[in-house]
Amino acid sequence: MNSELTRSGETITITVNGEAKTIACMTVKDYLHSIECDPVPIAVELNLSILRKSEYQDTILTEGDQLEIVWFVGGG
Amino acid sequence: MTSLDDTLKIAGRTFRSRLMVGTGKYADFRQMVQSLDASGAEIVTVAVRRVNISDRNKESLLDHIDLKKYTLLPNTAGCFTADEAVRTCRLAREAGLSDFVKLEVLGDQKTLFPDNEELLKAAAILVKEGFTVLPYTSDDPIMCKKLEDLGCAAVMPLGAPIGSGLGIRNPFNIRIILETVKVPVIVDAGVGTASDAAIAMELGCDGVLMNTAISGAADPVAMAEAMNLAVRAGRLAYRSGRIPRKLYATASSPLEGVIG
Repeated sequence: MNSELTRSGETITITVNGEAKTIACMTVKDYLHSIECDPVPIAVELNLSILRKSEYQDTILTEGDQLEIVWFVGGG
Repeated sequence: MTSLDDTLKIAGRTFRSRLMVGTGKYADFRQMVQSLDASGAEIVTVAVRRVNISDRNKESLLDHIDLKKYTLLPNTAGCFTADEAVRTCRLAREAGLSDFVKLEVLGDQKTLFPDNEELLKAAAILVKEGFTVLPYTSDDPIMCKKLEDLGCAAVMPLGAPIGSGLGIRNPFNIRIILETVKVPVIVDAGVGTASDAAIAMELGCDGVLMNTAISGAADPVAMAEAMNLAVRAGRLAYRSGRIPRKLYATASSPLEGVIG
């Protein structure tokens, strides 16, 4: 458990890249920060819709959310 | 006539190189960067994959690709339905800030042949959403015409199965495709060595796209240079107008004035 989670008390379970994660209630921006994920080279899909980078800071994750975080890798 | 005045135009953008290369399966980023450089390519394909959120130190591919030099062409490799492919393209546009996509919808794990029914569905949606769609498809003139009619910016028929290195298996179909569509025709997949790329270009194709032929070679950087030369040589030969094939000899030296 991270400190954020113990402080807020309220926890939610979301699916991130296919894996269930129990986290404190927070924005997408804060979640990316908490997992040390640089928002620049990535794209985020929330419940099958693209989330623009400008929306990260105002989008609060809620119970059952499906989050996909992708980036580019080598491919042909 | 030189290769300098001969450019490839896709969706209003102009490229000097007719070789497009993938960024997959290199030993390391350094070898990839050197190979891209040696290939002379200006368009490079990339794949869209989940970030490994438990491995925070992983380097981003984009740290190694100079976006002033290369146009990214994200692919939908690994997608087996139109829905997956469309989602992947939307994510790619958000991550790469470009509308170019290499659309592939696979039908079978073993052959990696395209599922053309799903491909058409995905292409229709993506064109409507403003993407510049470059679809990987069968070497089928009817499919290529349908994709052109939907508004795809190019068509990319396979030369042979992805990664097979079998070369251009059906040059006659490629020729018919070239006569059928007006958009650029780019042979995508199947090239094994330089002569395969040259053959595609001599047929009159507008470009060639490859990955494994370079990254899988014993010396990828040298093979990238070979492909660079082969694509240019093949293109120049096509534009030069080759001699017809004849069954019997025609002397190159004068028949008159032979001694004796």
